[in-house]
Amino acid sequence: MNPFSVQNIKHTQDITGLSTEDSAKYIAGGTNLIDLMKLQVETPSQLINLSQWEDEQSITEHDDHYRVGAMVTNTALANYAYHKPSLSLLSQALLSGATVQLRNRATTGGNLLQRTRCYYFYDTTKACNKRQPGSGCDALTRMNRIHAILGTSDDCIATHPSDMAVAMMALDAKLLLTAKSGNERVVPVREFYCEPGSTPHIENILENEEVITAVIIPKQRHGSQYYRKVRDRSSYAFALVSVAAGLVVKGNRIEKVTLGFGGVGTKPWFPVSAIKVLTGAEFSDEVLDLAIDAELADAKVYGSNNFKPDLLRNTFKSVLNSLYEHQCENDDYEGALYEN
Amino acid sequence: MSTLFVNEEAYPLPEDPRTTLLDFLHQHLAMFGAKKGCDHGQCGACTVLVDGERVNACLVFAFQLEGKSVTTIEGIAKNDELHPLQKAFVERDAFQCGYCTSGQICSGVALMDELAAKNPSAVTCSADYSPKEDISERMSGNLCRCGAYPNIVDAIQDVIALEPQ
Repeated sequence: MNPFSVQNIKHTQDITGLSTEDSAKYIAGGTNLIDLMKLQVETPSQLINLSQWEDEQSITEHDDHYRVGAMVTNTALANYAYHKPSLSLLSQALLSGATVQLRNRATTGGNLLQRTRCYYFYDTTKACNKRQPGSGCDALTRMNRIHAILGTSDDCIATHPSDMAVAMMALDAKLLLTAKSGNERVVPVREFYCEPGSTPHIENILENEEVITAVIIPKQRHGSQYYRKVRDRSSYAFALVSVAAGLVVKGNRIEKVTLGFGGVGTKPWFPVSAIKVLTGAEFSDEVLDLAIDAELADAKVYGSNNFKPDLLRNTFKSVLNSLYEHQCENDDYEGALYEN
Repeated sequence: MSTLFVNEEAYPLPEDPRTTLLDFLHQHLAMFGAKKGCDHGQCGACTVLVDGERVNACLVFAFQLEGKSVTTIEGIAKNDELHPLQKAFVERDAFQCGYCTSGQICSGVALMDELAAKNPSAVTCSADYSPKEDISERMSGNLCRCGAYPNIVDAIQDVIALEPQ
């Protein structure tokens, strides 16, 4: 690992006027960054240590939203969300990711910024435009079973790996960003991530030295909810396909549908087209097909991941059917599909 | 001086910030109970407790833990008396080569606290689940290449049964 210096942040105001080097990186839990530093994928000359950033280690409830500090751990947020029926989706998504050990360290801000698990990004002997712009993309023509089918480009097909971010997209979370200048701005998570295009190394709209300070989750009704994660083993693996969904029905009409897809997009995927087809429609198998057809219209497959459109379709339909049945049997229900 | 506590003793933080907690335990304190397996947070052999919560010691720099209390497998037994989970591992033959055992035990000790605190797991969001499935899910961050899983789960269940519910 390359040598680096450390600067500590204790309060949000410490970010203002911070003296940083060009290759400085913020380190929150470090569960992804330290891994990447060991592999020489990341080589920062300075780490800005957020471990003692006391201001942002708690969750607060307000009239119309929850505010989650960037340093709240995945464990703490999962435990909290588990007891809030409108956040059931988020709790399930968090608990389906990684392991207790990792969730105890991983943070809300860090999770949103974690890097892809594309094999070629991690292997510094391979071509990867995300790690080294202009070097090419070995994933396009080689092993791409875990890779994206939506939002891809000729330069990159890496997926965003986070489960939590998929739920945040579905729940329409907003990110509070703080810059070194002291300026703050609020950005919807749905507008935060960038598709790779010809610049896959630019993954989000964070400006230089901006940091995620908190996540704001609006209080909304999501009805019956389910985060279904399909993967190669039952625990501790990234999603091949995941579907975050909430459904509110009146009679057999879809009053509201909350959706996010994971494992299929170059960013946590917000399925705008599917939602448009479903909202206000009579629930039926046909309308589910129309919705997923609309979302998959621009999907591209790359060989080893040819199975993903079908897997996404089947997972989506299975989840929505379960939620519909549950809503029909439990009027005005709010929470996870299965009560405990 | 910047310190961290390991098994209730205070130690100065290492000078080189590249030192992970695991390397600090091994190279500075000569405590080899936490094992280096994958060194990338994937196997759980290095699991220790930080302020009572289990973490992968390989994926945290020592400087991130300033002022925190670390408990390693060396600090699990008290006054030469094995922890009930350590005894259960012996009784259930819950290990073969033993390399992952210290991480499994630290993880299991924390798991029992997490259950007592009623922390949810991915399994508790399912329609029906057995306590065995729940323990397996919660222990999924600790890999055992010998495949001693059934006995590990049994050992944990034995101790949970002894604890007041």
